[in-house]
Amino acid sequence: MPDIKTADKLNKKYLRGDMWPTIFCNGCGHGVVLDYTFWAIEELGLDMDKTVFVSGIGCSSRLPGYINADGLHTTHGRAIAFATGIKAANPDLNIIVFTGDGDCSGIGGNHLIHAARRNIDMTVIMINNFTYGMTGGQLSPTAPLGSIATTAPYGNIEHPFDICELVKALGANYVARWTVSHPYRPMKSVKAGLEKKGFSLIEFFSPCPTAYGRRNKLGDIKKHWKWYDDNTILIEEYNKIMKYGSDEEKEKTKNKMQIGVFQDIEKPGFFEQYEKLLKGLQDKRGKGGKK
Amino acid sequence: MMYKRDPELIREVLGKKVQFILGDIACVYGGLLAGCSFFGGYPITPASEVAEGMARRLPRVKGTYIQMEDEIGSIAAVIGAAWGGAKSMTATSGPGFSLMMENYGYAVMTETPCVIVNIQRTGPSTGQPTLGAQGDMMQARWGTHGDFEAIALAPSTVQECMDFTVEAFNLAEKYRNPVCVMADGEMGHLRERVVIPDEKDLKIINRVPATIDKDKFIPFTNSQTRNSKVPDFPTFGTGYHTYVTGLTHNEKGFPATDKQPDHEKLVKRITTKITDDIDKLTNVEKLYLDDAKTVFVTYGASARPAESAMEMARAKGKKIGMLRLKLVWPFPFKEIQKLASKVDKIIVPEMNLGQIVHPVREYVEGQCKVVSAPKIGGEMHLPHELYKYLEGK
Repeated sequence: MPDIKTADKLNKKYLRGDMWPTIFCNGCGHGVVLDYTFWAIEELGLDMDKTVFVSGIGCSSRLPGYINADGLHTTHGRAIAFATGIKAANPDLNIIVFTGDGDCSGIGGNHLIHAARRNIDMTVIMINNFTYGMTGGQLSPTAPLGSIATTAPYGNIEHPFDICELVKALGANYVARWTVSHPYRPMKSVKAGLEKKGFSLIEFFSPCPTAYGRRNKLGDIKKHWKWYDDNTILIEEYNKIMKYGSDEEKEKTKNKMQIGVFQDIEKPGFFEQYEKLLKGLQDKRGKGGKK
Repeated sequence: MMYKRDPELIREVLGKKVQFILGDIACVYGGLLAGCSFFGGYPITPASEVAEGMARRLPRVKGTYIQMEDEIGSIAAVIGAAWGGAKSMTATSGPGFSLMMENYGYAVMTETPCVIVNIQRTGPSTGQPTLGAQGDMMQARWGTHGDFEAIALAPSTVQECMDFTVEAFNLAEKYRNPVCVMADGEMGHLRERVVIPDEKDLKIINRVPATIDKDKFIPFTNSQTRNSKVPDFPTFGTGYHTYVTGLTHNEKGFPATDKQPDHEKLVKRITTKITDDIDKLTNVEKLYLDDAKTVFVTYGASARPAESAMEMARAKGKKIGMLRLKLVWPFPFKEIQKLASKVDKIIVPEMNLGQIVHPVREYVEGQCKVVSAPKIGGEMHLPHELYKYLEGK
């Protein structure tokens, strides 16, 4: 466990004081995710001079501003593409991307797909609050069916996007999903993602009481956290029930959202492969091969 | 490992000093000579050969080539690479340039040095992909939202495709602004002789890195070490903990979006850091301007038939001259003003329905006649077509 035992000390160490207070509303889960990230960083002893935080647009994308480190707050949806360039210029840097559901899976979906496919060395922390919170609560690609949004006033009829399944299918090295109501396992997941070469993505279900909760009878934060507990299930439990459970249990479980570690594999990351390619070319040159 | 420019290796990869190559490849050579170590690109005619040329050569000089998922990602990665410490570039054409516009503005706002080679075609939309044009001259200047200054060069020879790409990097590094090489499809797909400059003749400018005490460093203000409106560059990973945002920001780089003076101060600095230097930046070629009464003002591929038409007319004793804009943006308005007070007529041949003719008119202010000589459809003007403009009154 880390030397620093309390969140207060962690905050003093990692937060950028000049930027206080934050833009976040009461009950927002973004601070919780930031806290999990600090714990993971502390435990790994990451050098904050060599760690760059990248983000796009939205509430979650404001997080790098509050961290005492280099930060690139980019355009809507493009954080992962910017991050690819930073890592290419200096592969010694640790790259952490903070993004939201709209930023990552709506406007930024294409960059997410291809960075995961290329297994670009970075950790993406996607905070999924089912809504475009900063702009006032419009419909997100991850919003559950029936959700009320300012742009879905009669209820969402679109099937929600399961980002973890997508990124898993693309062969990323580490994929996990948690809710902010699970303190310890998410910290471990962020740590595992940061340690991993190649592409890692950790998704957090995180409440937005202001823009999502109020419209969906979850404005009370306790209710919101309980909703997560009632509507999510560990992957292992889900699989067990779907295999051995009664019909009634299966019926109750089938629409729950799975949480846990979706994928944990060791494929060479893009820049590891690229280094090999460079070395091969230089070796050939040394031997006087075709230049 | 971070890239380090290795002149010997670069020259080994480029090969012979004198070559007969494509304009697109000349842009690749220019990039490599300047020390470009990151290229993010996406295939598009007629600029694909730039990406192909980089994919082949950049890894051999130990740089990084990545074919991104689209042009938005390409320019994003290029900007990211710049903050990671690389000199970086991309290459595209009309539709791809349109896609890059949002992040082009981001590069302006965050004062990120980078180079965009635009091997122009025409539109609207997909237009004529395989044919050249000068469709984006105004997009380079006004294409992204908000107030900004563009820096753009327009080569008229394959040699200039190489030289101007080096120059584009120099200007990007000096002013911390994105710089466009506005070649046209004709230049991109033309083969000509080029002479690769020797190392001693090559002028390379690098951004000024932040060096002062970390707690005294202010990232977005006039340089703290030089007399310049361009701040020193705090490369990521060097311990400066810089926050970079496309939001209106204060000198420290933190969002300051709700007060008028903050925005005005920032945008005025990042525009005047360029316009203050207009005399240094202005780069034109003057032909027969001493006695000319009618003058072509042109750039890029259009300058070539214009020069031929001028020579035809000169042979017949007509007093014709030419002003070729090598640097189109920021617009060399003083040269146009001087010219307007001396000549009767300015003719502006362009491979579009008239783009650069507009700033020409703006600065002529009615002092002489200004005639647009447009040609669209993917063909260059023929010299005799332009000659006709010299006969007319």
